[in-house]
Amino acid sequence: MLKAEAINTGNIKEEPKTNYLTNGYTLWSWLLTKDHKRIAILYLVTVSTFFALGGTYASLIRLELLTPNSDLLQSATYNRVFTQHGIIMVFFFLIPSIPAILGNFLIPLMIGAKDLAFPRINLLSWYFYMAGGALTLFALLQGGVDTGWTFYTPYSTTFSNSYVMAVGLGIFINGFSSILTGLNFIVTVHTMRAPGMTWFRLPLFVWAHYATSLVMILGTPVVAITILLMAIERLAHVGIFDPAIGGDPILFQHLFWFYSHPAVYIMILPGMGVISELISNFSRKKIFGYEFIAFSSIAIAVFGFLVWGHHMFVSGQSIYAGLVFSFLTMVVAVPSAIKIFNWAATLYKGQISYDTPMLYALFFIGLFLIGGLTGLFLGSIGLTVHLTDTYFIVAHFHYVMVGGQVLAYLGGLHYWWSKITGRMYSEFWSKIAAIIIFVGFNLTFFPQFILGYMGMPRRYASYPPELQVLNIFSTAGASILAIGLIIPLIYFTYSIFFGEKAPANPCLLPGLEWRTASPPPTENFEETPIVTWEAYEFGEESGLDLEDARNKYKVTV
Amino acid sequence: MQTNSWVPLFPEQASTFAWQVDALYFYLILISIGFTIPIVVVIFFFFVRYREKEKFMTGAEIHGSIALETVWSIIPFIISMTIFLGGAIVYYNQYNPPTDSMEVYVVGKQWMWKFQHSTGQREINELHIPVGRNVKLTMTTEDVLHDVYIPAFRTKADVIPGRYTTLWFNATKPGKYHLYCAEYCGLNHSGMGGYVYVMEQRDFDNWLAGNESGQTPVQAGQDLFQNKLGCASCHEGGASQRGAKLEGIYGHEVKLTNGQTVIADDEYIRNSILNPGSQIVEGYQPIMPTFKGQVTEEQLVSLVAYIKSLSGNTSGTTMTKPAATPTMTGGTMTGSSMTNSNSTTAPRANRGDTNSQGSNPNAPPPTGEPTNQQQR
Repeated sequence: MLKAEAINTGNIKEEPKTNYLTNGYTLWSWLLTKDHKRIAILYLVTVSTFFALGGTYASLIRLELLTPNSDLLQSATYNRVFTQHGIIMVFFFLIPSIPAILGNFLIPLMIGAKDLAFPRINLLSWYFYMAGGALTLFALLQGGVDTGWTFYTPYSTTFSNSYVMAVGLGIFINGFSSILTGLNFIVTVHTMRAPGMTWFRLPLFVWAHYATSLVMILGTPVVAITILLMAIERLAHVGIFDPAIGGDPILFQHLFWFYSHPAVYIMILPGMGVISELISNFSRKKIFGYEFIAFSSIAIAVFGFLVWGHHMFVSGQSIYAGLVFSFLTMVVAVPSAIKIFNWAATLYKGQISYDTPMLYALFFIGLFLIGGLTGLFLGSIGLTVHLTDTYFIVAHFHYVMVGGQVLAYLGGLHYWWSKITGRMYSEFWSKIAAIIIFVGFNLTFFPQFILGYMGMPRRYASYPPELQVLNIFSTAGASILAIGLIIPLIYFTYSIFFGEKAPANPCLLPGLEWRTASPPPTENFEETPIVTWEAYEFGEESGLDLEDARNKYKVTV
Repeated sequence: MQTNSWVPLFPEQASTFAWQVDALYFYLILISIGFTIPIVVVIFFFFVRYREKEKFMTGAEIHGSIALETVWSIIPFIISMTIFLGGAIVYYNQYNPPTDSMEVYVVGKQWMWKFQHSTGQREINELHIPVGRNVKLTMTTEDVLHDVYIPAFRTKADVIPGRYTTLWFNATKPGKYHLYCAEYCGLNHSGMGGYVYVMEQRDFDNWLAGNESGQTPVQAGQDLFQNKLGCASCHEGGASQRGAKLEGIYGHEVKLTNGQTVIADDEYIRNSILNPGSQIVEGYQPIMPTFKGQVTEEQLVSLVAYIKSLSGNTSGTTMTKPAATPTMTGGTMTGSSMTNSNSTTAPRANRGDTNSQGSNPNAPPPTGEPTNQQQR
């Protein structure tokens, strides 16, 4: 971001004496806070910890796969490692990352509210997350779980000799965190918008979170029920999923994917919301096709509930079910395509700045494009018979989840870092890190597409020696990716203590979150803002004094 | 697998539908390139062309364009429909096995594959098949989910406990191909695999001849049916028999007491042995006890094969057994609940039992239900 000293402070008359960070320094002032911004910081710390843990497991997986034999890790350990990698990354990093950190911090700021609708429930959500996380960590310390993050029955209910119940309970409790956060967002967006903030003036970040919240509220209870049924079978031997005692293992897959496919959209929709913000703001113009992007988020959330069967093309599902799910999967690809076209069109005749968040947005589009297109390979039922359960799947969802969601998360974190912490980070190092992450990511996961088509099954601790070269590429890429992810940790930490103080609105952007101090005061705004401009309005109506800013900028440079 | 190139990029094609899958794959790669390159080029162009000359300038005032939105909604939709149709055609070809297939029975268990040919040969983790013949695998498992995956044939299918799934292919090229388990099944998942050997018909015949074949599934099934399990006591005996007539039943419609009709296929026969009460043929009493927990998956496969063979020669076998049949309607209830509770309380222990039985399908079954009933 721009190295400008308080060029523009938005409409702030004078710097507030206290902000949300200086409002109390005791441990209790954090643990019992009802301030959505502080809760977002609590999430930031804990979610990042889980991300580091999940990343450590990922490193172990890649190191093991450096050689064809299972030598570094024995099968028993390897199975636990990939299971825990999946569980931690999905339930404790990807799902809460953008909504619980950035969404929590920004939604009230963006709509001009003092807080979320239910501040206490917001804090409760974090405690649910912590309780679920603690149970899961407890299970990991006890020896972990080896069922795969999908918990397929009857392996998970009858055969697995690991801590399935503890982790299951952890995920069950964590689910309430999701549900309550979603509920909070929906009520907040409905009832707490500032005067003049109409639905179609909402930033697309808020629209994306609205769609995400719908999925969280409607989908998460299903996985909770599924885990409960699993527990009943495992503990009380009531035949639900195990055919040996009268159950049906495919029923589990239907229930599990009825949540877990929409959960994919919980993971990617907020990322798309972030990218819409970045593309529009760093092109300094209105986003192209606002309504289409807004409604494509809703369309994805709705259609997302109708395609779970594409995870089960080879599970003995009937040919008709297979064809219908394949068709619907193709349909759900269209709204994603619409978003990409609109983002590209937004750049046209913009005033594009090459700041780090924009770099992330650019990489996001490239990687999400590949992730989305390979989704078509897997949605095409004839092809997926060969590709499913291979490394092609692994590569595909990492392109969507890491290339999409994680890059969007990092882009968003950089973009709003000055707002969250009141400090600027190193522009140079952040660009270096973004490029290293992009290169490392592609080197890690692109070879896995080829491995998948060659037929290397996923969740294998050992593999045929002829596939070693591609696996070496992948492991080398993972090492580069790991370095790329450690660099931001260093310069972000440095910036908190030694970073340049950030002005309220360093890039002179129209969003409401930029019209209050950095970091914002506890009540967010000195007085309730009145919105008279459209979303992403950079013209006269925005009320930003661009002329003055340009002149001051010329002087400082 | 290709081993000649330094970096393997493409697996061998060795089945009749491998080329179809590959054609679809290349079509999709083409579409992906056709999408990615223009979008990336356009974005790069915009990035360079519209880089800000001065800080805090305002971009052009453009809201959007309904025409453009329509175009870029409809074009991807049409393209995605071509992909759907392509996939549907390839899948349709793969889904239904042709009727003239050579049958192989497959039982998966943690962590090995057992194959049995209809001529009686058994194999573990290896499957020998002739080139150019349709081969149909009828598969089930004794424990958890597994998945037969042969990349060179571009096909896979889950193997599910409690039911039969099928997979078929027609190998086009003699050779040795990887066979994997593709559905995570526990500790030694990555070790659960082997090779498929595709042989010329002559070599295959030699291989068959060189391998001592035990009983064929039909013979083993007949033995179980007439002696070991005592099915014949009810299901043979002509006019006076109490159980449903099985001759000529396979592949035909059966009318049930609840008015429904079903096709008597492998799955139906299997289900009728394990859950006799669920689908009762019209005109018969629900007196058959369940055999759940008493027959192994391999014995079930043999029984199904035998019952199928009854429909091959319509004249039927000679009925020698007298119809000394127990009549106990209540017995069904106790019987089923008893065996159910057995498998409920100790699934792990049971697994060991079935393993030892599995290796010898002709071993006498544990105290059979018919014996029980006769004692009563």
